[in-house]
Amino acid sequence: MATELSLVPPAPPEGLDTALFVHDQRASRSDLRRQIAAMELELGHLFSSAFPRLGFDFGVAGMSGPRVLTVDELERVRDSLAAKIREVKGHLQEHLHIEEGKRALIGEMMADPTAYKWVRVANKDIGEPGCKHWHSRPRWGPIGMLLGWWRVKISSGCPLAEGLRPPDAHQTPETKAPSPDYRR
Amino acid sequence: MTELPEEWEVAPETGWIEPTLAEEFPGLTIATSTIESQIGKSSPELRERLRSLSDSFTGAKAIAMREKPIPWAYRVFYRHIGLDPDTIRTPIEQLVFERIHDGGFATQGRVGDALTIATVESGVATSAFNADIVTGSVGLRLSDEGEGMTGRTASLPAGTIVIADEQRVIGVLFGDTAEDCVVPFRRKGTGRVMVAAIGVRGVPDIALEEAVWVAMSALRA
Repeated sequence: MATELSLVPPAPPEGLDTALFVHDQRASRSDLRRQIAAMELELGHLFSSAFPRLGFDFGVAGMSGPRVLTVDELERVRDSLAAKIREVKGHLQEHLHIEEGKRALIGEMMADPTAYKWVRVANKDIGEPGCKHWHSRPRWGPIGMLLGWWRVKISSGCPLAEGLRPPDAHQTPETKAPSPDYRR
Repeated sequence: MTELPEEWEVAPETGWIEPTLAEEFPGLTIATSTIESQIGKSSPELRERLRSLSDSFTGAKAIAMREKPIPWAYRVFYRHIGLDPDTIRTPIEQLVFERIHDGGFATQGRVGDALTIATVESGVATSAFNADIVTGSVGLRLSDEGEGMTGRTASLPAGTIVIADEQRVIGVLFGDTAEDCVVPFRRKGTGRVMVAAIGVRGVPDIALEEAVWVAMSALRA
């Protein structure tokens, strides 16, 4: 007669001071939390590196907390973070490749502006903050166009902020300077 | 040097942590301190302090903040407890977001401003509760099956990490505060305010003490 095979281990015999092994998942959770911490830091580095480039998504969905997550849930958080890091790195790599090309283009424009008529490269195209741009334009407008005098003009930066000045917090009605009367 | 009055000394009381939570999250702490304070509008000095804090906080600092140890520690803890720090922002990141978005830290009454100053200066998560409602010592625990919170129609999901006194839940960790424990920021007069600072692994105890001290000194101002 064939005996039925079972994957469940039998209870240990009495008197041998043995016990069934109970798996404690706390160590696994602790290990996963450590991995999540390292990945969060890496994502933070990528966040800083990506600035001022736009179009990056750093979001990783939560698990409807606050509560103690199970091993499965922590694994899902870790895997989502790993996938996000891969995605952001890939995206950043693409940006860097394009920016490298734009930097080379600036060099070529500076060397031969006539070959790059009206081409304009902005700071954001090379992954830099600010409003500076390089623009291949004719010297003296239409005259330069007709005579083929081209040059790369570099802008001086961002326009100054405009609008009314904010009120001075320390100014009292007595110390306030009289407003100029433009009707005089 | 002028001696500080005795009542000036702020001794934050360390709250209790349920053993399950303490084992799962070593470093999770709560420090509280209670004060009788004005709870209406901010004083001009406090508003000025908020303004100068706004001026000293630049965009570059905001970008690099995720890599700083204390804000990073909170982000990590949010991930560990199932919160997405980009959706439900950590207290310091929420304030920085508002600073960048609105051009300054907006005044939210004396208590709100004291918490803003404490959080921005120390990076620690702080919150305030109506101390007249709180019973006994305060700590962190997991909610029970069917347990509710004042001002919330549905009961809390079992196992939610909550801030509780000896009788009931007074707030969800990094979430809503029980309706009757909210300090009325806009009301005039005085009231007893309990300031709580939540620490997680990676946040030094001294930062927690500093947060409570800064909030208390701002409430006295």
